[in-house]
Amino acid sequence: MARMRMNQAIAAAIADEMRANPDVVVFGEDVAVAEGPFKTSAGLLAEFGPLRVRDTPIAEMGFMGAAVGAAATGLRPVTEIMFVEFLGVALDQLVTEAAKFNYLSGGTVTVPMVMRASVGAGLGFGCQHSQVMESWMVGSPGLKIVMVSGPHNAYGLTRAAIRDDNPVAVLEPRALYATRGEVTVGVEGIIPLGRAARPASGDDITLVCGGSTVRTCLAASGDADGWTADVIDLQTLQPWDAETVLNSVRRTGRLATVEECPYSGGWGADIVSTVVAEAFGDLQAPPIRLTAPDVHVPFGKELEQRYLPSAEYVATQVGELLATGEAPAHWWERDGALV
Amino acid sequence: MSSEVLARREAVRSDRRARYERMVEIRALEDKVRGLFAEGLVHGTTHTCQGQEAVAVGVAAALRPSDAVCCTYRGHGHAMALGLTPLQVCGEIMGRTVGSIGGVGGSMHLCDMSVGLLPTFAIVGAGVPVAAGAALTAQVRGTDDVAVALFGDGAANIGAFHEGINLAAIWNLPAVFICENNQYGEYSPIATTTPIANIADRAGGYGIPGEVVDGQDADLVFAAVESAAARARSGDGPSLLEMKTYRYAGHSRSDTAPYRPEGEFEEWYQRDPINSFGARLVAEGLLTEGDIDEIAVSTAARVDAAVEECAAAAAPGVASMFENVLV
Ligand SMILES: Cc1ncc(C[n+]2csc(CCOP(=O)(O)OP(=O)(O)O)c2C)c(N)n1
Ligand SMILES: [Mg+2]
Repeated sequence: MARMRMNQAIAAAIADEMRANPDVVVFGEDVAVAEGPFKTSAGLLAEFGPLRVRDTPIAEMGFMGAAVGAAATGLRPVTEIMFVEFLGVALDQLVTEAAKFNYLSGGTVTVPMVMRASVGAGLGFGCQHSQVMESWMVGSPGLKIVMVSGPHNAYGLTRAAIRDDNPVAVLEPRALYATRGEVTVGVEGIIPLGRAARPASGDDITLVCGGSTVRTCLAASGDADGWTADVIDLQTLQPWDAETVLNSVRRTGRLATVEECPYSGGWGADIVSTVVAEAFGDLQAPPIRLTAPDVHVPFGKELEQRYLPSAEYVATQVGELLATGEAPAHWWERDGALV
Repeated sequence: MSSEVLARREAVRSDRRARYERMVEIRALEDKVRGLFAEGLVHGTTHTCQGQEAVAVGVAAALRPSDAVCCTYRGHGHAMALGLTPLQVCGEIMGRTVGSIGGVGGSMHLCDMSVGLLPTFAIVGAGVPVAAGAALTAQVRGTDDVAVALFGDGAANIGAFHEGINLAAIWNLPAVFICENNQYGEYSPIATTTPIANIADRAGGYGIPGEVVDGQDADLVFAAVESAAARARSGDGPSLLEMKTYRYAGHSRSDTAPYRPEGEFEEWYQRDPINSFGARLVAEGLLTEGDIDEIAVSTAARVDAAVEECAAAAAPGVASMFENVLV
């Protein structure tokens, strides 16, 4: 065990994989000499040298494509997209090239690349630098999507992503880079992809979360009055761990997904539809989704906090669901919410 | 507000003394902004343009308010040169309703269509093809307006730069592509990301004129942009101008520029765009030393007052979040 910040855990995970496998290479904007805008590649250039750790021009499509080509021919590239919005200019390479190579090669080509990106709101970067954008990738078969929620799983999931033979997108909530926690380092610390974690257990409701909303759910359920929650950190969003979620909902009888993204098109809709189809008879209340509204991330500090689903909001909505057995209105639909 | 903005723009277009004063104002506001962030009074990040003021006033002076400008997140100086007031710019940076888009954007997101400033771009390169599109409007409607894209040296390596300029060239669009080569893209010196010394040389690859310009000289910037714009207005197509300039501050809020070689800043500062332009105007008899001192004092007071007014102004309410999402 070691105590580290989440950005340090990520750098440690990459370094451990680079030590274990000379095919692992790292590139992105200012990741080598400057050690990453968020210091997620600290020490890598010094230890592994400029052949394996490279700065790129501001050219996401170019370096993402280079990752695809390198991965298809034997390397295991780890690329960094500084803010996930910049993936917009490189999306083709990830979802239309990398994710389809295995299929289009009759199974003869694998693309073991990792696309790491910082995501999310909370730091006042404005609406073009604060989204999560997992919706750009969910629904792209052939691609795995990971959401880390703290130092511990950032280490374990990053190592697993680098070892995986599929292209893997790893989404890192930017607001969590500085959080500290205990990390199980070494191969024991590797966390298999496709499996959820249960950071808190309880009986009254299943809270399904990922990335930044794990903290939110733990805070809400930790302070809850009169109810306990099974908190399921999905960890891998695609493919997601339906078994763990279904088992939990069958026991609690209630489900809320807690998502940082806007309501429409959010990943929780998949979870809810699967739960309704597979565990309908076990549900004691309608499943609900707690998300941001369908608006741009506002810039101001207070509005940005308002935009994000907070622990208080989770507690309020769950409390109402338990009390009434009915889905409560979203905050933005309530009388007086907009004044 | 809009008449004040247009009057400020007209001053820069018609009077070199106003260009000097505007540069002083830009520097004063940018210094103030860095201070506000350093004191933690503002949320988020900022990208200031100290050292690049001559590019801002030279470009704004050479264009008309009806011309379209696609600018980047490093846009405070350009916005003020185009006519936006310190209140509009600082208000946006501080997230106040007096900001140019009502305080919902922050430092990277300014806009004022009354002087042609489209929403500034926080995605590197994104403004280049958008400027081509704005030039298409002028071409299709038969106006003699032009569209300008402003972008950094780092942006010259992203696909949007190539696609946008090539499209403008092949369609013979009335556009002027202006690269502000401030020597760094974030923390990387240009030589580490770009294999040629002059980005203007890339113009040859698109079959359009390319020119390297001393971006520290407001007169030279003005002359180069004016002639490229004239060319575009008369139907002869786009050009690529490269302004050699220097970013005095770090890339963004938290960057202290430790990667900068010793003495580099001092060397550039000897050709400070404000000092040298002021000295020229004094030599020409357009300003006195006393005017220079007076401008420094009155501008600082004006900027301070604007910042104070912003600090006291209201922040947008929750309803603003739901406005202007869909038309
Ligand atoms: C597509 C994209 N990639 C990366 C970034 C992050 N980023 C913001 S500014 C910047 C440096 C840009 O350098 P340059 O074009 O020289 O402009 P300057 O900041 O020097 O004005 C980078 C990498 C971004 N905003 N958009
Ligand atoms: Mg630059």
